[in-house]
Amino acid sequence: MDEQAIATHTISVLVDNEAGVLARVIGLFSGRGYNIESLTVAEIDQTDHMSRITIVTNGTPQVIEQIKAQLGRLVPVHRVVDLTVECESVERELALVKVAGKGDARVEALRLSEAFRARVVDATPESFIFEITGNSEKIDAFIDLMTPLGLQEASRTGVAALSRGPEAM
Amino acid sequence: MEKQINGAQIVLQALRDNGVQHIFGYPGGAVLPIYDELFQQEDIEHILVRHEQGATHAAEGYARSSGKCGVVLVTSGPGATNAVTGLTDALMDSIPMVCITGQVPTHLIGADAFQEADTVGITRACTKHNYLVKDVNDLARVMHEAFYVATTGRPGPVVVDIPKDVQFAMGDYLKPTSVKHKSYQPKIKGEMEAINAAIDLIATAKKPIFYTGGGVINSGPQASQLLREFVKLTGYPITSTLMGLGSYPSADKQWLGMLGMHGTYEANLAMHDCDVMINIGARFDDRITGALDKFSPDSKKIHIDIDPSSINKNVMVDVPIVGDVAHVLEDMLRVYKSRAVTPDKKALASWWQEIDGWRGRDCLAYRKDDKAIKPQYAVQRLYELTKGPNTFITTEVGQHQMWAAQYYRFEDPNRWMTSGGLGTMGYGIPAAVGVQVAHPKGLVIDIAGEASAMMTMQELSTAVQHRLPIKIFILNNEYMGMVRQWQELLHGGRYSNSYSEALPDFVKLAEAYGATGIRAQTPGELDDAIKRMVKTDGPVIFDCVVTKEENCFPMIPSGAAHNDMLLADDQGLEVEVSDEGKALV
Repeated sequence: MDEQAIATHTISVLVDNEAGVLARVIGLFSGRGYNIESLTVAEIDQTDHMSRITIVTNGTPQVIEQIKAQLGRLVPVHRVVDLTVECESVERELALVKVAGKGDARVEALRLSEAFRARVVDATPESFIFEITGNSEKIDAFIDLMTPLGLQEASRTGVAALSRGPEAM
Repeated sequence: MEKQINGAQIVLQALRDNGVQHIFGYPGGAVLPIYDELFQQEDIEHILVRHEQGATHAAEGYARSSGKCGVVLVTSGPGATNAVTGLTDALMDSIPMVCITGQVPTHLIGADAFQEADTVGITRACTKHNYLVKDVNDLARVMHEAFYVATTGRPGPVVVDIPKDVQFAMGDYLKPTSVKHKSYQPKIKGEMEAINAAIDLIATAKKPIFYTGGGVINSGPQASQLLREFVKLTGYPITSTLMGLGSYPSADKQWLGMLGMHGTYEANLAMHDCDVMINIGARFDDRITGALDKFSPDSKKIHIDIDPSSINKNVMVDVPIVGDVAHVLEDMLRVYKSRAVTPDKKALASWWQEIDGWRGRDCLAYRKDDKAIKPQYAVQRLYELTKGPNTFITTEVGQHQMWAAQYYRFEDPNRWMTSGGLGTMGYGIPAAVGVQVAHPKGLVIDIAGEASAMMTMQELSTAVQHRLPIKIFILNNEYMGMVRQWQELLHGGRYSNSYSEALPDFVKLAEAYGATGIRAQTPGELDDAIKRMVKTDGPVIFDCVVTKEENCFPMIPSGAAHNDMLLADDQGLEVEVSDEGKALV
């Protein structure tokens, strides 16, 4: 493996859902100069108050190893799994995409949204909001296609990911 | 269920139940309920400092010299922000500390109330962990957890921020035994597979070296004992970082002295040329490695560290072992003995021959002066006249710190307290206060520079109030010596703002504080003056007037390799430092 090659990794972090835990994680990244490409966080276990933070980051193998070790030593962190190297994983992102236009552009936008299996969740005579789910590349591609057809704005959730197979992290 | 008590009483009970005897602090509005409880009890002694930074360094000195957890109590807002330097210092040097901060009442949090600061926000990056306790029923658990987190694994500072209304509120107390942590479970024992792999490397080494650090001290006195046994058993040379001094006796012939930027010639060359490096509780800090791409290029590296994030952070290693030094060394010794390893005697003999050649260079030699006191000479005489198992040395940061590390010699752990990672000027006086509290009968000396000492000089007042007979031994050259040295070597001798005009008369200053002032200006009067200092039954400022423009050698210039050292004899030579080197600190 090239020690200097920068690669993108998806890291899943199981934490106690307590005040400031997200600030700890983000502060670690900014304080040590690591990148965050995407970040998703929500409580996943109401009984034990646990949250899952999914971080897409990039770096050399040494930097990725450091990120994992640094995350692992935060007191409220239970587990850190690199979904890119430690297992096969499924990654999904949801986006809402607002496109405004009339005539051919509007028809074309609707036709493309069907090809991408996007759903229309809001419509006016001159606009749509599409809901699209998929991996980040698919959403990138959809937004690229919408740009000339009247793209107004988009809101993305960031990546949610799980390892494949029966085991939990 | 036990009778409910108020938050302040819970804090005091938790301190008692965690074995706390001394706390360092400064009162203020948001901690008055806790101070009120302190007033009404006698188990815990409070040492009133003069500035919250002083409380944190005193707690560090206390912790590092005793192995206990240092405890700090300060108020909200400025009390907490003044503690930030000491918290950061403790984080960098892995010192166990619990810092209790008062906070404005919960209903005022976020209102920009008087003396409000976002303490957990501000200290998040400079603590191992921190807590804001909004419910009095969480307080006991959080207090116990704070001690557990601060003292286990890689030790560090923990802040517990307690709003004033929580200190008044009534709640349940919970004993420490009933506290268990869900996610924080530090790893103590090393993997046997890695330990075996390490012994394989150690057994076949031809040019080995032990490179030890503060982790040996933090692991406790037993770790130093095991280290000594292992080093003796192998016959291998040993060096240590600044933070690890004392874990191996400096009088021993296998001891090469400190390594790093101002380490000895023999230690640094042995590090550069070794074939197996055994890093025990050190973290490949940039003061140690110099230029990373030229660092010990031909060695296999073993790294024992309790913190997984220290592994492969700066230097890639071949055999990482995550665990506590004492536990890992115990296992290593057992494996080493059971496998009846015999070091390669012939290779070792020629390795020692090589090292003895470097030793012959006598890198700590300096030109003697019979009219003025050389700072190196002052530390040597101080050592000769004060050495002993009951002597504790603290330092400030700069040239004097390096001279202390080079010329004062340590035989035992926990006798050397210095700010290594953060490099905090002003550490030494309050740290000495803390050490003296932990060791009332000890001889506690802060080897200081006049610039650093001025940063926390007010803590002399603390020492006087609490009858702590600390000795502040100032190597007074009127310069910020290390700044001046770098300006001489790297900035064309333009001494921008490194000369302190209008310094106080330190003898009179001592007297103004109710302490004793002693001055020595010539080598002839030095010994008697030091003896007088030792005999003085109270705090002393010793104004040791030394030569002004002495440089601290040996030195690895920034960006250079271990085998590219500057020695004292090179003085006057043009120092060549690369542009990248100049950009380093």
